[in-house]
Order: sequence, then C-alpha cells, then structure tokens
Amino acid sequence: MRTTPFHERTSAANETGLWSHWAGHAVATKYRIDEKVEYFAVRQAAGVLDTSALFKYRITGPDAERLLSGVLARDITKCRPGQAQYTMWCDDQGFLIEDGVVLRISGDEYWLTSAEPNLAYLQGMIGHQRVEVEDISDDFGILAVQGPASRTVLSALVPEVAELSFFGLTQAKIGDAPVVISRTGYTGDLGYEIWVERNDAIAIWDAVFEASAGRGVLPYGSMVMHMTRIEAALLLIEVDFESSRFAWVDEQKATPIELGYGWMFRRLERDDRAFVGRKAIEQELATGSSRFRLVGLDVDWASYQLAHRALGLPALKDHVPVEWATMVHDDAGQVAGHASSFMYSPLLQRHIALARVSPRLAAVGTDLSIDVTINNRNYPVEAAVRRLPFYDPPHKVG
Amino acid sequence: MANKTAYDAIVIGGGHNGLVNAAYLAKEGLDTLILEKRDVIGGAAITEELYPGFQFTTFSYALSLVRPDIVQELDLVAHGFMSLPMPHSLALGSDGNYLLTGPDKYLNHEEISRHSAKDAERLEDYEHLLAMVVQAVKPLFDSVPPNLHGKEPEDLARMVALGQHLTGLDPSVLHELVRFLTGSAADILDDYFENDLLKALLASSGIIGSAVGPRSQGSGLVLLYHRMGEYDGLFGTWGFHKGGNGGFTKVLARAAEAFGAEIVTRAPVSEVIRSNGTAIGVALEDGTELDAPIVVSALDPRRTFFDLVDRRELPTDLVESVERMKFTGIASKVNFALDGLPRHPAMGDGDEHFRGFINIAPSIDYLERAFDESKYGWYSGDPYIDACIQSVIDPDMAPPGKHVMSCFVQYTPYHLRESTWDQERDRLGDIVQATLERHFPGFDDLVLHREVVTPLDIERTLGLTEGDIFAGAFLAPQMYFFRPAAGWNQYRTPIDGYYQCGSGTHPGGAVIGGPGRLAASQIIGDRRTETDV
Repeated sequence: MRTTPFHERTSAANETGLWSHWAGHAVATKYRIDEKVEYFAVRQAAGVLDTSALFKYRITGPDAERLLSGVLARDITKCRPGQAQYTMWCDDQGFLIEDGVVLRISGDEYWLTSAEPNLAYLQGMIGHQRVEVEDISDDFGILAVQGPASRTVLSALVPEVAELSFFGLTQAKIGDAPVVISRTGYTGDLGYEIWVERNDAIAIWDAVFEASAGRGVLPYGSMVMHMTRIEAALLLIEVDFESSRFAWVDEQKATPIELGYGWMFRRLERDDRAFVGRKAIEQELATGSSRFRLVGLDVDWASYQLAHRALGLPALKDHVPVEWATMVHDDAGQVAGHASSFMYSPLLQRHIALARVSPRLAAVGTDLSIDVTINNRNYPVEAAVRRLPFYDPPHKVG
Repeated sequence: MANKTAYDAIVIGGGHNGLVNAAYLAKEGLDTLILEKRDVIGGAAITEELYPGFQFTTFSYALSLVRPDIVQELDLVAHGFMSLPMPHSLALGSDGNYLLTGPDKYLNHEEISRHSAKDAERLEDYEHLLAMVVQAVKPLFDSVPPNLHGKEPEDLARMVALGQHLTGLDPSVLHELVRFLTGSAADILDDYFENDLLKALLASSGIIGSAVGPRSQGSGLVLLYHRMGEYDGLFGTWGFHKGGNGGFTKVLARAAEAFGAEIVTRAPVSEVIRSNGTAIGVALEDGTELDAPIVVSALDPRRTFFDLVDRRELPTDLVESVERMKFTGIASKVNFALDGLPRHPAMGDGDEHFRGFINIAPSIDYLERAFDESKYGWYSGDPYIDACIQSVIDPDMAPPGKHVMSCFVQYTPYHLRESTWDQERDRLGDIVQATLERHFPGFDDLVLHREVVTPLDIERTLGLTEGDIFAGAFLAPQMYFFRPAAGWNQYRTPIDGYYQCGSGTHPGGAVIGGPGRLAASQIIGDRRTETDV
C-alpha cells in the first residue's frame, strides 16, 4: 500500500495500528482507541486530517475556464481567482459522475480534487482548446485543519488566513514552504485545507502542531471524517451515490437535483454554458422528473429508546456510521426509500440519517420510520425529515 | 428587576433544577419567571474566572446523571449542549503505584492484571451486573414516585405500576438491587475483587458527598446512585460539559429563555405569599411583590418549608420530617490554576492519562480512616480526592499550556470540633496540596492560584443547608417515598400552588435535572386537571 507525504508523522501518531485504504493509500482509520476524543477535538477545538489520498489535477492555459465550463455542472465562471468551489460533473443523461472541490489559483490555473481517477476524462474533453490537464496527485499533500480553533491556529502561521472568507483561498508560505490554503473542508465546521508540496509536508505537519500546542488540537482519522461529514450532510461517493460511470442500471444513478444540489442550477437560464448533462438537467428542472430526494432524518429518540426498552435492552448509541442501505418507510408502512448513511451523533445527541425518499415525502417535517436492527430483528423507529445540514454552526461561514 | 408584576409561575432559585423546571413550564406555555439571589445563574453548577484566563468549576465539576430526556425535550443541543468524553480513569495508589484504565476493555484487562488477574476478569462481570441493576432502576428514577399515603386512583395506579415493575425484574437483579440499596460498597466489592486499589477506586462512588465510609451500610446506595448516569448510552460513565457545569447551566438558561421564561438575578426571595392556604406570589427581600398562582421552590427542603413559608401553617408530620432530615455537609472543593501539567513519576509527560478523573484513594482502609476522622468532628489528614485536570478535556478552560484542576475532597464535616471552617480553610487547602505534591512531585511549584470551598462556604454562597451538596443526604429513609418527606414526595406541598423541585426531592442531588423535570410534569398535570374541572 502506498503512503501519503505525511506518513512519517501519521504513523507515529497512530496508536491503534488501524489503517484504512483510501485510493491506494494507507490512511489512519483512527489515531486513538477512543475516536470520540478525535471527533470532539474537531467540534470543540480543531482536528487535523490527512486528505492527501485524493486525486488532484492541475488545469492550466488560456482556455482552462472554458474547459471546466463544459465539464462541470456548477458554473465555474462565477469562481474568481482566489476562490474555491464545491462542484459536480455529470454524464450526458444528467447523472452524477463525481463531485470535488476546485481551486482557482489564478485566471488560467485551477486545481481540482476527485475521489476517482479523472485525468483521461478531463483530457478527453480538451479538443482544440488551449489548456493542459496534469495529474498532480503525487506532487502535493493536503492537510485539513478543521474546527472552531482552526482560524486561530493557522492565522498564527499565515496571517491572511484570518481574513479568508468561506471558500476563499490564499497562496502563502509557512516557513520556506509554499502552500495554498483554502477555507474548505469536509466537516461543516470552520476549517481549512493546506496544499503543500510533497517534500515540505512533514515541515507543515510540524508547524501546524507547534502552532496549536496546548489548544487541544488532535489528528483525526477516516472514521471521524465519516462522522463529521454526515453531520455536515456532505456526500460520499459509493455511499450516498454511485458514479454513473460504474453503475449497471439507471436505478443506481443519481442526479445532482435528486441529491439536493438543485441550487447549483438556480441561474441556469442566465448562463449559456454548454456543459455535459445540461439538457437532461434542464428537463429534470422543467418537468420535476426527479425520482427521489436526498433528505436528512432526525430519528425520534423516545421511539428509539422505547424500541430497545420493549426488548429489555438499553438504547445503544453507536456513533460508527452505518453506510449501507437502511430501509425507510412512510407512515402507512410502505417503503419510502432508504438511508444511505445512519449514525448516532454524539454532538447532536441523537441518531441521524441521510436518506433517499420519494419527492412527495421530502418536505421538512414529514413523518417516516427507519428500520433499526435490535437483537437481529428490524424494528421501525419514528423519524422525521429535517432541514440539512444537521450541524451548521455560525462559525462555519462567519 | 422583573419585567412584569404577575406571572403564571415563579421559580425560586436559578440552579440547574430551577432552570430545568422553568424551561418545562415555559415550554408548556406558562409565563414563567426565575428568581436567583446571586448575580450568576447555575446554583452549584457554575464556572467562574477566578484567576485571569482560568475557568473554575467552583462547586460541581462533571456530568453524567443529567437525564437524557431533558437534553432532548428541552432541545439543549440547539442551545450549545456539548458533553466531552472522559475515557480514562487514573487511580493513584501509595508508593507510586497506579491503575490507569481507558476506553479499551482488553487493555484495561492487561492493566488491571498487573494488580490482579482475577479482578481484571471479574470487573467485566461486576460492570455488567451493575448496568443490569441501573437499567432496572431507571424507570423508577425517571418517574414520579407513588405517594405511600395517597388514596387517589393516581396513587394506587402508581403503586400497582411499581409493584409490577419490581416483580417483573429478574430475581437476581432484584436481589442485587436490594443489596446495593441496603448494604455497604465494600461488602459488595469484596464479593468480586481482591485488589485494594481497584476496590477503593470503585468504592469511592459510594462515598461521594455522603457521611459514610466504604464499609458503612448505605454506601451501596450512594454507589448505585452515582452509577445511574450515562454518557452516550453507557451507564455509569461521565462527561465534561464544554465550559464546565457553568457551561451546562448557561445552556439551560438559554433554553428556558428560548421557551419564553424570564430570568432575574440578584433577586433574593424572602417569602412565598399565601392567601387562604394557597400560594399567590412571592415577596423579594427588597420588598417587591410578584404575583403568580404557581410558585416553585428549587431550594432545599429546609428553605422550602421553613424559610419561605411559615412552618406553623404546615402539618406537624411534614415539619418533623424536614426537621429530622439529615443534611450532611462533608465535601469540599479545592481548585487550582496551574502553570503546567502535573507529572506522576510512573507516567510519561503526555496528558492522555489525565483525560478523566484522578482518584486518590489508595485503599479501602485509606477511605475508611479518612471517614473515621470526620466522625469525631475533624477533617481527614489524608483526604480522599476526586480530581480532574479539566483543561486537558476542554482546552478553553485555561490558556494554552496552562491548566485548571478541580479537586473534590472528603471528608470535611460541616460541624468541626473546637474550630471553624473560617479558621481551617487554608489548612485544608494545604493538606490537599501536600497530598497532591506526594503523588505529583513538583506540584507546589505549578500552583498559580488556589480556591478552597468548604461546607460552610457552600452553605453561605448557595444556601444549601450545612453545605450538603445533595440538599438532603442520600440515606434510604430520605429517598423515593420519603424524599423529602412521606406524603410530600410528589413535588406538591400542603400549600396549594406551592411546589418543590430541588435536589431535596426525588430522585435527588447531583447535576441531574430529574427533580426539576418531574416537578414540572406534576405541576402541568395538576394544572390540566384543574382546567378540566
């Protein structure tokens, strides 16, 4: 298994011997036995996550914007230099291929992350445009610093960080190492991601931990990454959606609108981008042909407790995400859809789920039930549709 | 000053139970006012910056027993509820010995095996049994107890429900429950364990806040009570609220206000105003009178029945019960601001072993001897200390690299033979500091500031009779049917419209909120019944 540029430090910090495989890289599943301590470091102070395993592409040239305008479903022309954007790309049927974050480094240079290899796909879109797409996955490490203390910690290293707005980015130096810091992340919290050249990675790790000494900042692993991203209602490929590239049937595919990202197309009539999937998306918007909607579910704590008590059991509060289908029913007991991500949130003190339900059941407040497995049997527990994200602190954008 | 002169309900006392009670009443739609005599709300659950940059939990210092129902029903998360995990437990023995447990049961097995392989295995059995007992008691803990002397259908129904619950329990669980309720912590622990350090660690839950030693009958009840809490569903485990217990009561206050309650501080109440045996409002010490058909006292039973109303208006049996009720101030707090992290010679420099409580109780004998001294009106020369370096868990409690340490100390009886706490306060602080210096050489040099809170200070500052942190000792004849008095254990009083919701009512003390919540359910139920008529 390959290692990331931070491996020398992550392996020293990982007390558990537990590693996950992420895009061919060994990444810490968790650093300590009680991952809840890592989790609360993110929520009360700051946590540090090695996300270097992401695929990374540099798109440069006078037609860089033009290329991305045709590939990405979200309007990239609204992303000015010094800004970043969460984005999606679709197939010609309007089904989601993948999502990622794009950084506009300058007028004609973008960096894009993705979960799967996309080099050939992006290069295949170039045609006669004056643009180059390079795979820079191995050239950079990415260190996410997430949580309410992240601004204090990083602005001690790079003062401009204090002024960065949500999804803003800055190019700076930490020590002698050039870095790009974007105010982005996968936690729904105040947070930043630092791009650093491979050979400088260890120095940046050390600088971040030195700057955060005594502030309760801890490294966190993929288990907590999954927990925090559910609370933030941020999608995960192969969990909340399948890439249309690898789907067998349309049933497995999802559109951005179905996944709750219809807001990306609010001004669609005012731009003339010819991006892949545009026609299908326009049609879905016009006809309301979405097959489902991704919603948040609040599981009723009293109903959950009662279901356990009826069997003589204390109510289990397991924060380890269940990232496979859990059935969801409507109030008549008919199948309404399924939850793709389900967990107990220690922060929110309740069970929450990201679920696909038919659009008629997607309104906030709709009463549903979710199957909970207790003693090897499934029991319906009351749940209600709620507004997403589950966790949305003012300091996220403030 | 209060915004109005008339309310639907007035709650006297802005401690956590008063806040919980008021929040429920306000949620029900009652125009509710909370009156707090001090300039801070929270009662014994406050956080104060007594030294610049250092947050002190002057009195109560961790969370476990707070009822999960309250967190949900009052939507506390929306107002900032955040309970941080305390996965470790460090028991310090004599001669530099220690027992450090954490979140992994197999590593704990290995660690405990250093002391006793047999105990390491038995601990799992003991914990499971205790969890079964807790699960059995929980429904009783979280509901209004029956009135033994009641003749109403409601009372009979509650007695029947209680009987059905108890007879429905597994016989072995019921038997263990009775052993806990009547026996000593040491007796029960002797059945399971041989190692003294482990036994003392587990027994210490049986003496907290109580004038009992680990070998006293009744310490089993105190132990069980302290295991009734949970952290994310795990019984008997503890958490630390962000910002300390003052952070928790601020959350409660925000929730109460969000439901429409009004909170007024610096508003000591002198009297509940009555007319024809019915409460009609309160009089403040400054002479202000406020009207309300519902008045709730969150104060302890002595204040509730003897200070706020005239005992001559009350039934003799109630007056006698409250007079005889045992209030046993026995615990003190010594809190430190530290320049750095204390260092135990047997452990490295890190802070992981401090992510939880530090228990200074090397043996059952140590605890029992510490108790012995208190029986004769003196405080322990070798005290029991339940410490926590809270800034390891919540880094915002102290500046980076600095720390706050909370030390709960026993035994320090309210009534001292031939001295007063005003005279002994500093010496108590010295004894605690010297004890810590023995376990953490160099501790003295770290101390930037020290706060000593004796039972007398607890009484003076908070109004808790004799500094009893539970507002009435945890003794079997003062619990459930009898808290605070037989026949008056359902939050009502002989005065119509006057209720009680403090820790002196069921289920009891600690930062739990149960009394405030159950009292609110009774008040709301009574009000609905009246409206129906």
